[in-house]
Amino acid sequence: MNENLFTSFSTPTLMGLPIIIMIIAFPALLYPTSNRLISNRIRTLQQYLINLILKQMMAIHSPKGRTWSLMLMSLIIFIASTNLLGLLPHTFTPTTQLSINLGLAIPLWAGAVILGFRYKFKTSVSHFLPQGTPILLIPMLIIIETISLFIQPMALAVRLTANITAGHLLMHLIGAATLALFSISTSTALITFIILLLLTILEFAVALIQAYVFTLLVSLYLHDNT
Amino acid sequence: MASVIRGECPSPVPLKEKRLLDVRIAELPSWVLMRDFTPTGIAALPAPFGRGYDRYYNKYVNVGEESVAGVSMVLAACVGFSYCLSYKELQHERLRKYH
Repeated sequence: MNENLFTSFSTPTLMGLPIIIMIIAFPALLYPTSNRLISNRIRTLQQYLINLILKQMMAIHSPKGRTWSLMLMSLIIFIASTNLLGLLPHTFTPTTQLSINLGLAIPLWAGAVILGFRYKFKTSVSHFLPQGTPILLIPMLIIIETISLFIQPMALAVRLTANITAGHLLMHLIGAATLALFSISTSTALITFIILLLLTILEFAVALIQAYVFTLLVSLYLHDNT
Repeated sequence: MASVIRGECPSPVPLKEKRLLDVRIAELPSWVLMRDFTPTGIAALPAPFGRGYDRYYNKYVNVGEESVAGVSMVLAACVGFSYCLSYKELQHERLRKYH
């Protein structure tokens, strides 16, 4: 049972070849594109959703921050679609791997921070010291703020990994428990209901994407504009 | 003219437009080298894998009255494919009395 639990998170191989590249590229096929102004239903729905998310996300940014729109929209669509595809049975979710999440988090965070330090040095450095601190606390506080700055990309990556992995594991476990209790009954109805509830709550993995991009966004905003 | 002397008939359809099954064996190397396949299809570059993507899309997804059927066939194929990939680990999880 122990080995079975974590094998679903191992890198998928097809006869020894890692096909993870195909699995990462697969969600892109589900979003059709067209050159027309008005298209079919699925494209209209897709356009509507993307416009909704875009306006929600980019409203608080200055024009300079809005140059990041394409990047952030691609990010949220990638994470949302990989997480939702991972809810299908037996599929592999790339975002359960810490390597992929670190690869997303570190460059984006570093870009935002470097941008802030390059163009608005004083403002960026002034974030390390909140207003009105007592003089004796200053060295301590600067150290704490620096640590909190450097922990941001780690927090972004680990948050996403841990949430998705924990959700998948929990579903595996509770599913196995339900199956085992089926022959013993009485408590099966309750556990099946818990599975259903958990799956619904796990579909708020999309909310996690929102959290991901939003925190990234807030960091960008903070370093770029004010 | 030289090809007629050698006994081959010149093809009426230009070489570029032919599909693989229509190309003669002697013409195969030049056909492969002249392959102009990348900008074909209806929505040219956005289709990542050329004609196959367009064919599926136009037949099952881009119909007049759309529903979930077109996309869900792809997702079902995805589930089936992933099941085949992880069959080796799943073999032990069958419903039996003694494991």
